[in-house]
Amino acid sequence: MNDLSKPAHADEIKPPSTEVGVIGWVRHNLFNGVFSSIATIVVLGGLIKVLPNFIQWAFIDAAWFTSGQQCKEVEGACWSVITQNIRFNIFGYYPYAEQWRPLLAMIILIAMLIYSRDWNKWNKRLGYAWLFALFVMGLLMKGGLFGLVPVESTKWSGLPLTLLLSFFGILASYPLGVMLALGRQSRMPIIKSLCVVYIEMIRGVPLITMLFMSSVMFPLFLPEGVTIDKVLRAQAAIILFTAAYIAEVVRGGLQAMDKGQYEAAESLGLNYFQMMRMIILPQALKIVIPPTVGILISAFKDTSLVVIIALYDILNTTKSILSEPEWTGFSTEAYIFIAMIYYICCFSMSQYSRRIEKELEYKHIDNDDR
Amino acid sequence: MNTEKAGLTPDSPDSPDARPIIEIIGMHKWFDDFHVLKDINLTVMPQEKIVVCGPSGSGKSTVIRCINRLEEHQRGKIIVNGTELTRDLKNIERVRTEVGMVFQHFNLFPHLTILDNLTVGPIWVRKMPKKEAEELAMHYLEIVQIPEQAQKYPGQISGGQQQRVAIARSLCMKPKIMLFDEPTSALDPEMIKEVLDVMVNLAQEGMTMIVVTHEMGFAKTVADRVIFMDFGEIVEENEPHTFFDNPQHERTKLFLSQIL
Repeated sequence: MNDLSKPAHADEIKPPSTEVGVIGWVRHNLFNGVFSSIATIVVLGGLIKVLPNFIQWAFIDAAWFTSGQQCKEVEGACWSVITQNIRFNIFGYYPYAEQWRPLLAMIILIAMLIYSRDWNKWNKRLGYAWLFALFVMGLLMKGGLFGLVPVESTKWSGLPLTLLLSFFGILASYPLGVMLALGRQSRMPIIKSLCVVYIEMIRGVPLITMLFMSSVMFPLFLPEGVTIDKVLRAQAAIILFTAAYIAEVVRGGLQAMDKGQYEAAESLGLNYFQMMRMIILPQALKIVIPPTVGILISAFKDTSLVVIIALYDILNTTKSILSEPEWTGFSTEAYIFIAMIYYICCFSMSQYSRRIEKELEYKHIDNDDR
Repeated sequence: MNTEKAGLTPDSPDSPDARPIIEIIGMHKWFDDFHVLKDINLTVMPQEKIVVCGPSGSGKSTVIRCINRLEEHQRGKIIVNGTELTRDLKNIERVRTEVGMVFQHFNLFPHLTILDNLTVGPIWVRKMPKKEAEELAMHYLEIVQIPEQAQKYPGQISGGQQQRVAIARSLCMKPKIMLFDEPTSALDPEMIKEVLDVMVNLAQEGMTMIVVTHEMGFAKTVADRVIFMDFGEIVEENEPHTFFDNPQHERTKLFLSQIL
């Protein structure tokens, strides 16, 4: 039985083969006009010149598990610099026998992050789970309880240190930045000017200076005998620095808000904090997700500057491997490896932010069938 | 409709000579140096319906925005339900819980569902349990005749529906006074009636209302008094019959001739 609602030829006519499929895609994306065609050919030519050489160097001629001496006779890449030093590269000066502890801590952190990536799972229980996880991670790193050997924070280094500085840097600077932004919008002149002065001062100084001040100058002001942990001081510098940038981005979001939203919230009788929490911030923070993530990603990368105050983050452990005579000259390989670690972290952050954006976006379009 | 349950007639006075619910005495307002409101005097009795009209820029919206302190007046007194509006934040918040406001551009919260738009006030300001607030919200959504939209977001419904939600949102706070700031000016013509119908019902239930509008039909049928403003002053104030058929002032005559 033929469907009468369909014209007889409805599914016989297809678009021309030059418009669809592989040919159509190539035509539309690679050879769409003179300029596009030239660009395609130039880029393809470049790739043909570079890629085979790179593959030859990186894979075919490469040495993977040799000593530094043997490496020097090899034409290609010497990945041995990573494989032979992987534990020092990742864990730095953390006691060799105890390195399972930071490894476990990192696994817990990453597992928690992956589990929490789903917006809908955010509830009170997850909050407690995080508190517990943070306690366990702290315990693993620091030791001193349950028969774990205590490890001074001066020995914390490598990837765990990078993740520690970034994670708490981001976690603490975001709310602090939001508060600074609100303070800068405040009608109370003292609060407002304090926030403005803080934000402008921090933004006028490079992070390297702040780290340097926190490690060298700050101790001079402390009373004798009082010392504050070096990692903690660097951490504080990173938080204070990032917060100022977050504050300016959030201020942009607040200014983009329609005045009517404030008025509607006020006319319902919501007080300032309720209005901000329920109405304004959820909308303003959503607007500024892309620039906020930009700042958080740079904050993550900027943790590598702690090199200046002799903390051994993953970049600095790499450098000390390269300063050993056996491994000098293999910096390309070592830095490619580090770049990949940074890339994985930053890319995950940016993917995650897009995911959040999408989830918040769907609410406005896709609910008609609920 | 059961008005008791609807809560549309809070504290209706039994005696006709009850105290005024809004008193504005010698009120002036400036935007920087610009004198927007000049010596405004207005007394509103409970259950009175007042329509304010006038050309754009005449200060009519500013007057009602002063009543719930979205704008600050610089001279004179505004007393709402026995509370004088001063810098005191507690007083301002108290007045705002008694005064509902409907805006020209609805100002619904786009990130919340319709239901959450309605319950946010009762839950956070009135400290009502969530379940009770949701029942209340559904009740008012039925009054404005869109209960089936409760789970949608403001961006998914029409302008007329949004404005009706905005009215329901204000009603959920069980206000004693409702202010309407050009509630139909941003609507497509075919949606104006559905909003006006809701407002007429509300008026019939005995709500105290001040409405800034250009809908003269609404003024004629609903208003107890019509106020005409021009250049920041109240030029003329009369019951609708006299106001429309026999305007006293030249400026009123001119305005009416332009819009009718």
